[in-house]
Amino acid sequence: MKEGKTGIEVSIAASIAAKLARVEVVAAYPITPQTHIVEHLSELVANGELDASYVNVESEHSAMSACCGASAAGARTFTSTSAQGMELMHEILFIASAMRFPIVMAAVNRALSSPLSIWGDHSDVMAARDTGWIMLFCENGQEVVDSIIMAFKIAEDRRVLLPVMVNLDGFSLSHVIEPIEFPSQEKVDAFLPPYDPLYTLHPDKPVTMGAYGMPELYTEAKYAQEMALIDSKKVVIEVMDDFGKRFGRSYKPVETYNTEKADTVFIALGSINENIKTAIDMLKEEGREVGLIHLRLFRPFPSDELIAALKGVKRVAVIERAMPGGAMNSPLFNEISSLVHSNSMGIQLNNYIVGLGGRDVNPEDFHGIIDDMLSPEAKKETPKEEKNYRVIGVRG
Amino acid sequence: MRLKSLELYTEHPEYEFAVSGHRACQGCAEMLALRLALKVFGEDTIIAMATGCMEIISTPLPTTSWRLPWIHVAFENTAAVASGIESALRILTEKKKIPRKDIHVVAIAGDGGTSDIGLQALSGAMERGHKFTYICVDNEAYMNTGIQRSSSTPYGAMTTTSPPGKRSIGQSTQKKNMPKIAAAHNIPYVATACPSYPFDLLAKVKKARMANGPSYLHILSVCPTGWRIPSDLAIRYGRLAVETGVFPLYEIEKGKYRLTYNPEPLRHVVDYMNGQGRFRHLTVKTISQIQEKVIKDWGKMKYLCGVK
Repeated sequence: MKEGKTGIEVSIAASIAAKLARVEVVAAYPITPQTHIVEHLSELVANGELDASYVNVESEHSAMSACCGASAAGARTFTSTSAQGMELMHEILFIASAMRFPIVMAAVNRALSSPLSIWGDHSDVMAARDTGWIMLFCENGQEVVDSIIMAFKIAEDRRVLLPVMVNLDGFSLSHVIEPIEFPSQEKVDAFLPPYDPLYTLHPDKPVTMGAYGMPELYTEAKYAQEMALIDSKKVVIEVMDDFGKRFGRSYKPVETYNTEKADTVFIALGSINENIKTAIDMLKEEGREVGLIHLRLFRPFPSDELIAALKGVKRVAVIERAMPGGAMNSPLFNEISSLVHSNSMGIQLNNYIVGLGGRDVNPEDFHGIIDDMLSPEAKKETPKEEKNYRVIGVRG
Repeated sequence: MRLKSLELYTEHPEYEFAVSGHRACQGCAEMLALRLALKVFGEDTIIAMATGCMEIISTPLPTTSWRLPWIHVAFENTAAVASGIESALRILTEKKKIPRKDIHVVAIAGDGGTSDIGLQALSGAMERGHKFTYICVDNEAYMNTGIQRSSSTPYGAMTTTSPPGKRSIGQSTQKKNMPKIAAAHNIPYVATACPSYPFDLLAKVKKARMANGPSYLHILSVCPTGWRIPSDLAIRYGRLAVETGVFPLYEIEKGKYRLTYNPEPLRHVVDYMNGQGRFRHLTVKTISQIQEKVIKDWGKMKYLCGVK
């Protein structure tokens, strides 16, 4: 890989990142829009450029199951999926985190059926948000590459030992060509040493993995797992800082854009943040100051960092790419609302649902959202029985 | 033949990999089958086990009945978990991260975990050609959850979800032919076995272990609880299943069928079905229909095995 930036499709870049991380087992099943990642990985294995076992499983359920087996045997393990595939492996997502397998998965976010849609939104990952995985969201291709490399370091840390999901938006991020800088193999090797597992399945030291828990032990097991997930935030920050020092690109669990002068901010996940930044720049030209809080880390939920970022903020528009499914609001909104109210922050919160099933979101939509937020009606905070949120651009 | 079997037995007699203290029912032939099989597989073995009787009786946290590396992930994915382990061992050995050793991966599931919910994962693993052995311990129903019918439950049998009644004979479908499905994947070794014939079982486990690719063992495991028989008669009922031709003992080596034990002249199925609570509602007419089917299937099996 040459020095400097290369124009490359983000999916291909994601598979190169997995190669740079020297993954040893890849078990995956093709699904749009994840396909380019696994195609390129199998090509790298076929050409002998990546020394790994590629398991062509017959379903996503088996993909995650094979990843569990491979990780239990001590291999650095990678997979990738989207939408229906993530739902099919849903059962095993819980088990992978509870059995503390440091698997890394690139989740190429896509809408869930029905109606069948291959295009992007966050309904897949929002349905999997409480499976006990560490979850990172990427804004651009460079972040995808860097996050995959960081994900292994986070997952395999002895203080963590949890799987990490790196989320990137289907098509609008996965299939675009971006200028991306790849770190050298030597630098990645220095940053990410070979996986040194705590326990493995090996006859030299027999262990039993996946025993069942009676009521007198189950709670303690789940509590320990939850504490590990919460405590992993320290390691996430450590790894991001270390990455910044070594590679010159710094990341934080929560990042802000133009929040210094603004008391009205957007909060969103994923590549839509770049669109929001464009909208913010356009609003700036009109003399209106609006900011953005970008959640890069979604699980564990970065409460302290978010509280700090919300200091001085009066209005928040939570932008989300998933339907609430009968809840009062969409998932991300509910968590932010819980944080804001339990800390008596007195911030006006509004919930906007955009970009479902690949629907385009334009900068003008964000202008409209700001106008809506400043309207007298939007200030009413009393929850209604239905529709505490607005679906932007919906017809009929 | 007999002497050879004895030699086989004395090769693997002493050490136990499935140890006492587990919670299996009295007279459980499934645990017996695994106890015997693991002696042949030996210490360089990793077990991937499906949710089911054998899993739940052996590993209440923090205890275990297994002296081998053992993993349980879920119900329907044992073959996939085994695929992952085998793939990892291969690459880690190649990269010299673990010492070169002939480690064998054994996936174990019940009949429900094999012929129903785990069939897809099993088919995938066999098709991909992982070097592993899959054991189906077949007790002919979902015994762990309280005797519900599976696709491996025999025709006429009473289970809690195939109860006989005014409009029901009990299980209304024929037992799924799992060994034939496994063989259709053109894997090097497929065999049926029953712990009532321990030497036959041990010999087949050895062949499965040596096979150059996936191997499949279908072990009829008498379940006194689910079949509603006295717990001291498990071995006898296993023998009766074979002697009546209900469960033929055979192997398919590289596509070639061979009967490993010929019980002819066959006993009447009534000898097998009598005394089993799960069949006690059946009429003489139904039993004679079952007899006809067994004779027909036995003829086909003899033809496949080239036995005149």
